[in-house]
Amino acid sequence: MTDDASTDSGEPILILIADDNNADRMLLEVLVRKQGHRVITAGDGVEAVAAFQEHDPDLILLDVMMPNKDGYEAAAEIKELAGEKLVPIIFLTSLQEPEALAKCLDVGGDDFLSKPYKPVVLRAKIRAFDRMRRLHAMMQDQRDEISLHNMHMTEEQTAARVIFDNVAHPGCMQAKNLKRMLSPMSIFNGDIALAARTPGGDMHVLLGDFTGHGLPAAIGAMPLSEVFYQMSAEGFGITDILPAINQKLKSILPASYFCCAAMASLSFVSNRMEIWVGGLPDVYLYHPQYGRVDRIKSRHLPLGVLGASGFKCDTEIHDMEFGSRLYLWSDGIVEAENTDGEMFGDDRLYEVFEANEEPEALFDEIRGRVADYIEGEDWGDDTTMLEVQMMPAEEMTDTEVTYQAGELLNALEWKFSYELPADTAKNFNPVSLLLRILSEVPSLRPHQVSLHTVLTEMYSNALEHGVMGLDSSLKKSPDGFAEYYSERARLLNESIDGFVCFDIVCKMGDGVEQHRLQIRVRDSGAGFDWQTRLADRSMDNSSGVDVSKQFHGRGIFLLRQLCESVEYLGAGNEAQAVYRW
Amino acid sequence: MNDQAAVDADVLGALKEVMEDQFGVLIQTYLDDAQVRIGEMSEAIAAGNAEGLRSGAHSFKGSCSNLGVLPLAEICQKLETLGREGTTDGAAELFEAAKTEFSRVNELLSAEL
Repeated sequence: MTDDASTDSGEPILILIADDNNADRMLLEVLVRKQGHRVITAGDGVEAVAAFQEHDPDLILLDVMMPNKDGYEAAAEIKELAGEKLVPIIFLTSLQEPEALAKCLDVGGDDFLSKPYKPVVLRAKIRAFDRMRRLHAMMQDQRDEISLHNMHMTEEQTAARVIFDNVAHPGCMQAKNLKRMLSPMSIFNGDIALAARTPGGDMHVLLGDFTGHGLPAAIGAMPLSEVFYQMSAEGFGITDILPAINQKLKSILPASYFCCAAMASLSFVSNRMEIWVGGLPDVYLYHPQYGRVDRIKSRHLPLGVLGASGFKCDTEIHDMEFGSRLYLWSDGIVEAENTDGEMFGDDRLYEVFEANEEPEALFDEIRGRVADYIEGEDWGDDTTMLEVQMMPAEEMTDTEVTYQAGELLNALEWKFSYELPADTAKNFNPVSLLLRILSEVPSLRPHQVSLHTVLTEMYSNALEHGVMGLDSSLKKSPDGFAEYYSERARLLNESIDGFVCFDIVCKMGDGVEQHRLQIRVRDSGAGFDWQTRLADRSMDNSSGVDVSKQFHGRGIFLLRQLCESVEYLGAGNEAQAVYRW
Repeated sequence: MNDQAAVDADVLGALKEVMEDQFGVLIQTYLDDAQVRIGEMSEAIAAGNAEGLRSGAHSFKGSCSNLGVLPLAEICQKLETLGREGTTDGAAELFEAAKTEFSRVNELLSAEL
């Protein structure tokens, strides 16, 4: 019965001893104290509950049979009062009947200690339950911490989602030729669907599916989205944009993260579609007028895998008549699983197309068929789908773009010159660069399409007629047209001297006068007899010939429509356009 | 029953060691408590109150066992069993034996004070 007192009894705790038997209580109190713990005592169940409330003991040794309130009742009340906190109750009893012992557990007791007391057993039980109590408290702390973290994380994710939506906004996704379905799985599901109009009037769409979900995917999606919108707005094409995105993702994503993607550019003027697919399921190009579906296979690795030198951006060009529809999707569609774990699959998807009668309903039919198939199972992880329809250009004028403040927001007047040596000018189109600078004037952004046309026309005139000295009158006849271009191609391969220089002056209006942008393009060429040419043109106009149909006149005619004035200066090697807005 | 020691000397020795200067108080507390329990049992038997007999005997049994008063604890167990079975029939005889045993115990323990 001897005891080593507090030598290895763990940390001292506060123990409530409740027993109406004075001798037993006294003995137990001494035993427990000798093991290093503090003790409070109670002589019956009522006192025991009161002492629990007052002293908040860590562990309770409770006699079963006590006057006023027995141990069963006291235990039940104490457990109720303790709530989530674990306060172990060890019943003190010399009871033998199984039913009585079972009742001890039913009312919330944790163990028994039988009389006569054995100090070794007493110590072992106190230590065991103290450990359990601490473990329980630790788990609760951790649970509380986790739930606090979880709350924080949800708040942060919600805030992050707002930022994400601002950056990775769907662009012109509201356009009438687009339909989009996003899976509701999580705040950030790793899928991204973007659409933008280019200055030239084309539409760029991109559907991406990042490996992984949540924040890493969202963080990767943001630069992708920025590059997509920025470069699309500046007039770059797929073959410029995708390498830039790939490079960006390659440099920021960890090794195992990448983005399966498909990007398409639709021209509503030429009714063609240029597409690149890397790692996504087959893209479907549906021609309802012929009841035909072309499948466009992924021929590339996903974005963010290969370095700049290994990345290939060879695109496919497809004709798209009015009414043809392009379908891009993440793997969640074909991999949607039914209750047996079987995938929806390519064949079922194809059947939906074959069964389609009303093209406008197809998008919902696909969604419906997949939903029926999975029968209320969760829509896997990445079930994003995009439909893009080819429409006549004149119906596609409802581009909605939001503009951010630019660097040149408050600059009232500025000018700059940009000169390219001829050999550079031949191989590098400076229009995108110039547009990017001009796009820093926020109010000019809606005019990107016009400015793109003006700059492109003035630049190619300066390069082809000025620096290369090609005769524009050749373009009057189809034969001459061909000759013109073969000569142009030849000259592009030869080294030539000269330059093209842009002088751009911007003056913001004062509320009375409009904003004014003056673009002057000088080249090293000999110029031309612009007075005579102008006279010819007025003859053309008076004769009722639509000059816009004349190859050689088209450029200037367009410029005149877009600009306040277009004039030639000096020897004719200098053109000046004034644009007002 | 008489050939068994009324109080287990080993248990008593261990208690002395554990209780140190509180040993006397413990013995006195037990003896005082014993008077109370014997009174309770006596009343219960006279009144034919089985539950009263059970709880008195149970409580007394517990402290007897803790102090090494083993023969008396055994008699208490029998009384408790009767009470639990809902009767006081035959209790009087056992109770007399308990009282006799207790006077032996009282004598022995009082000598320890």
